[in-house]
Amino acid sequence: MSTASIERKNRRVGLIALIVALAMLGLGYAAVPLYDLFCRVTGFGGTTQRATMAEAVEAQKQAQNAGVRTISIRFDANTAADMPWTFRPRHVTDTVQFGERDMAIFEAKNLSAVPITGTASFNVEPEQAGKYFNKIQCFCFTEQTLKPGEEVAMPVLFYVDPKALDDPNMKHVEQITLSYTFHRTR
Amino acid sequence: MATTADHFQAHADEHHHDADHKPGFFARWFMSTNHKDIGTLYLIFAIFAGIIGGAVSGLMRWELAEPGVQIMGHIVEFLNGTPSDINHDGHMWNVLITAHGLIMVFFMVMPAMIGGFGNWFVPLMIGAPDMAFPRMNNISFWLTVAGFISLMLSAFFPGGTGNGAGTGWTVYAPLSTSGSVGPAVDFGIFSLHLAGAASIMGAINFITTIFNMRAPGMTLHKMPLFAWSVLVTAFLLLLALPVLAAAITMLITDRNFGTTFFDPAGGGDPILYQHLFWFFGHPEVYIMILPGFGMISQIVATFSRKPVFGYLGMAYAMVAIGVVGFVVWAHHMFTVGMDVNTKMYFTAATMVIAVPTGIKIFSWVATMWGGSLEFKSPMVWAMGFIFLFTVGGVTGVVLANGGLDDNLHDTYYVVAHFHYVLSMGAVFSLFAGFYYWFPKMSGKMHSEFLAHLHFWIFFIGVNIIFFPQHFLGLQGMARRYPDYTPAYEYWNHISSIGYVIMAGSMLIFFANLIYAFVAGKKAPANYWGEGATTLEWSLSSPPPYHQFETLPVIEDHHSHHDAIGAKPDTATAH
Repeated sequence: MSTASIERKNRRVGLIALIVALAMLGLGYAAVPLYDLFCRVTGFGGTTQRATMAEAVEAQKQAQNAGVRTISIRFDANTAADMPWTFRPRHVTDTVQFGERDMAIFEAKNLSAVPITGTASFNVEPEQAGKYFNKIQCFCFTEQTLKPGEEVAMPVLFYVDPKALDDPNMKHVEQITLSYTFHRTR
Repeated sequence: MATTADHFQAHADEHHHDADHKPGFFARWFMSTNHKDIGTLYLIFAIFAGIIGGAVSGLMRWELAEPGVQIMGHIVEFLNGTPSDINHDGHMWNVLITAHGLIMVFFMVMPAMIGGFGNWFVPLMIGAPDMAFPRMNNISFWLTVAGFISLMLSAFFPGGTGNGAGTGWTVYAPLSTSGSVGPAVDFGIFSLHLAGAASIMGAINFITTIFNMRAPGMTLHKMPLFAWSVLVTAFLLLLALPVLAAAITMLITDRNFGTTFFDPAGGGDPILYQHLFWFFGHPEVYIMILPGFGMISQIVATFSRKPVFGYLGMAYAMVAIGVVGFVVWAHHMFTVGMDVNTKMYFTAATMVIAVPTGIKIFSWVATMWGGSLEFKSPMVWAMGFIFLFTVGGVTGVVLANGGLDDNLHDTYYVVAHFHYVLSMGAVFSLFAGFYYWFPKMSGKMHSEFLAHLHFWIFFIGVNIIFFPQHFLGLQGMARRYPDYTPAYEYWNHISSIGYVIMAGSMLIFFANLIYAFVAGKKAPANYWGEGATTLEWSLSSPPPYHQFETLPVIEDHHSHHDAIGAKPDTATAH
């Protein structure tokens, strides 16, 4: 084979390999939205779900047909290190029926002398409960701004999907912890 | 085979003036485009980096020889000239473990295996005149050097509690982002960018060389297993390193430009960094060992005077290890909070890798079985490799269990495991390859006596270092700490004694190098005899500066043997 043709072939294979490498670099970045999507869809790592009121009504109907079963919910609230707020649940635990809508109230107060905007990150423990824990309304969906010294009560409207009763991984789960951390919005 | 070697020699002599004309010193070594010179540069660089990385681990074993923190403070005072405190002591420890890990992985094992032996012997074994992109080869080498310099520089910049990057080789966020203020970690990350870019270019070079530049008749299924191992490794590099590049670039922007890829305050997730890192990190451990597998296959076949048992199985076992290696990464992060199904998958997938690995171990033993064994120095290192790598593999199967890993995660059991497969697996294969090919590369014979002595003392030393660490791990001693409760003192002390023994054996290694260059006999073309059948043995030692200007033709007398079988003679020049 002549030198010129081997060089052409080399350039071709080299270029293909370079494109593969660049594609993997792109996939590395694509992993950021894909991971987020994956967690939302599967409830991976205890990511909670969002539901509409219509879905909540449907779930309640199903639950009523299945009979009354209850589960304990524990509420956990904390703040990031640089967040000068107090933040706590009004009640630490609550017992709810599967499919029943429940409202939990969290109280936050800005202890600093300046207005501060915060966002809450969240998940549930144990992780396998993530895909059954549905929020209809939550203060964590939007940013919250507190004026100096302002105190607010923030609601979460949620239900636990009765489908959890059919999941063997949920069999021994007696309590779900819903945890929030407030961060300063950047 | 001897006739073939003569054939080539005669051929090389005819063209002596063009084939062996070397450029001047600076052009030859600093602007090199010759695969053998670049291979030599990589090997010298790897030995240099290995001395530094090894010395760092010496400081670590010195600190761990007894409970309490004694040595770190002296190092801080020596480097900074200021008195140290407990926080600075701890930071110095973190800097040392980070440096040890990064140096050994990116600047010792990878440059030696792929850059050194890969550059030297892949073109020779496949009958190519050089690499496909010789200039890019040169860039790869010097980028690796630049990366190493960047890592060394990081030690002199603030990295949080003191100077240097103290993030661990995994550079986990948030320790590496909000947890380490100062340019040291940026220098460390930049060092990974440079070394990674170098390796990606090297991978492109090897893939192109192996696909396009094999001698006529050298089909992929006749290619020596070392060339196969480098081909699989190159693919792993090509697919894994860009993901690391993406992850550490996100770290850089999180640190300096206000992005929040790994910061929950802005909607990011530090666990994502771990996923990205280990998507690279697990293939990386195969990148470090596969070329070793290739070398061990050549060596075991040579000193058993048999083609390797199950050639195709050996080649495709490496392919299988490479493929499955991409879908097991989360076994490094079993404790991040994973549901039982995910753990089950990653446990099972990880254990699947034991099958192709078992095929390889079995085939090496089967190659030796009934062979005409000669216990020359490369062979004893190779047998040491097979034994110790198997020990490391067994503890790997233990750790693969998600349930057990909850207990063993980040203990010395893990440290013992990965040093058995790397510090003994990869390093034993490096020494085996070194003694196998050193006379071929230098033209001088080393001392077989010193090589055997090196083997035995090194073997005893590393086992005394690392075997007790299994006990420490099972007793719950956590890794990454400079201090421990006196309950762990006994085995830590013994482990540190092992380090001294191992370090002593390295003096023998360097003495052997000096001996070879000062008093070593001139090496003939094929000094291992008829068991050594691949193409490099048909060339002089050292090979002419430019080889195979007329390509060798591989005739079709056999198919599934390890490259060029001992008989019939298949490599002839036309």
